[in-house]
Amino acid sequence: MSYDVIVIGVGPAGASCAKKLAENGFSVKVFDRREELGVPVRCGEGLNERTQELIGKIPDRCIAQRIKGARIYVPNGKYLEAVLEYGGFILDRRFFDKWLAEQAEKAGAEIQKNTLITDFVKENEYFNGVKGEFQGKEFEEKAKIIVCATGAESALRRVLNIFSKLNLIDSCLQYKMSGIDVDSDFIHIYIGNEIAPRGYLWVFPKGKDRANVGAGVIPGKQNAKYYLDKFVNDHQELKKGKIDLVEGGCVPVGGLLKNMVTNGFLVCGEAAHHVNPIHGGGVKEAIISGRLAADVITDCLKKGDVSKKALSRFNEVWWEKRGNHLARVEKLREVVEKLSDDDLNDLVDALKPEDLIEFSRGSKLSVLAKALMRKPRLITLAKHLL
Amino acid sequence: MPWDINNKKCIRCGGCVSVCPFAALELKENVIFNEKLCTLCGICEKACPVSAIKVTK
Repeated sequence: MSYDVIVIGVGPAGASCAKKLAENGFSVKVFDRREELGVPVRCGEGLNERTQELIGKIPDRCIAQRIKGARIYVPNGKYLEAVLEYGGFILDRRFFDKWLAEQAEKAGAEIQKNTLITDFVKENEYFNGVKGEFQGKEFEEKAKIIVCATGAESALRRVLNIFSKLNLIDSCLQYKMSGIDVDSDFIHIYIGNEIAPRGYLWVFPKGKDRANVGAGVIPGKQNAKYYLDKFVNDHQELKKGKIDLVEGGCVPVGGLLKNMVTNGFLVCGEAAHHVNPIHGGGVKEAIISGRLAADVITDCLKKGDVSKKALSRFNEVWWEKRGNHLARVEKLREVVEKLSDDDLNDLVDALKPEDLIEFSRGSKLSVLAKALMRKPRLITLAKHLL
Repeated sequence: MPWDINNKKCIRCGGCVSVCPFAALELKENVIFNEKLCTLCGICEKACPVSAIKVTK
C-alpha cells in the first residue's frame, strides 16, 4: 500500500507534523529507528510553559520539575535571575516523546518503531518512497511526500546536502545525576570562556537531589567531557552525587537553511537546524516547524502538486514565522561568544534579568548593544546587533 | 583502517554523523564508517564530546 506522507523520525517535529497531517485526513506512516521513543535523550529537557498553547496541556507524568525561570551565572559567580512570566518545566522526554507519538497515533498516523530508514526511492526526479530495514529484512514503502524529521544525527540529510558545520555546533555531554543538592525552582546556566568556551554548562533540576548536568562547547582543544568533569569536580554540591546516565550529541546552533525542500521531500525540526542558537533548545522549535510543515504539505496534497516549487512555501512560511527571528538570535550568539570573562562579569551589573529573556527571543537586542557600547573596544561588536 | 572508534567510550549520540560533510557516517548499533565516502577530514573526531574517534592519516 502507499501513503500520502511518510515521516521519518517521531521526535517533537515528526510527531507534531504527523499528528496534524492525520487530523487533516491524510494517510501517514511514521518510521523511527528507536525501540523506545524518548530514549536516549539528547537534550536538557527544558521547555517554556507557553509551548502548551501549541500542543495542549502536557500530562503531569511528562513533567519532571516545574521551574520559575533561569539563573545565569557569569565567571565571577554573580548571577542574573530571569523569572519566566508563565514559568517552565523540565520534561521527562521518556514520557513526553511517547505522549506526542500517542497524539499522532490517536489522530490516525501509523507509527512503526525499530525501523532504520537507509535510503530513498526516487522516480522522475521526485522522491516517492523510502528503503529501510525492519526485523532483519529490507523493505520499501511509497508515499507522495517524504518528511525527514530525524534530528541532526542522520545521514539521510544528504539528500539536501545538509550537515552541521563544526563551528556552528555545540558538542554536548550530559550526566543524569542523583544525590546532589540543587535549587529546583530554577534552571542554572553557567557561562564563561574558561569553563565552557562559546557554549555553557547547565544544571536542570529534577527534584532537589537530581538534575541533568551538562556541558555544550564549540569543538576545540578539549572535548565536552573535559569541561563537564571539571565543572562537576569544582562544585561540591554536584561532586558528592552519582552519575546515573551519560548522554550527548552535537546541537546545531546556527546554519539556518534557505532551502528545506525538493520534489516530494521536506526536512524539518533539528534535522533542518531549527534550534534556538543561543541556548540550543530545540523542542519548541521542532514542534512549530513540524506543524508549519504539515500546513504546507496539506495545501500541496490538496492541490496535487508536491514539486519543489509548491513545497518551497515551507521555506517562506518558516522564515517568516521563525527564521528571521532565529537569525537575530544567531547574531546574539556570535556577539556573546566574543565577549571576555570580564565583559560578561560587567554585563551582569548593566542588564536587567528580564532583558535576558527578551534577548533569547531575538528581541530588545538594542538594549544589549547599548550596554556593550559603554566599552569603546566593544562598539564594533555591538553594532553587529543593530 | 585509517580511523578507530573506541566503542567503550562512544555514547552513540550521533554527533559525528551530524557534522560529517560527506554523509560517510551512520549510527546503527555502533557508528559505521563508509570507506567509499570518508575523506579522512577528521571533523567527526573534533565534534565527538567524549573523544571516541581517532582519524589517523
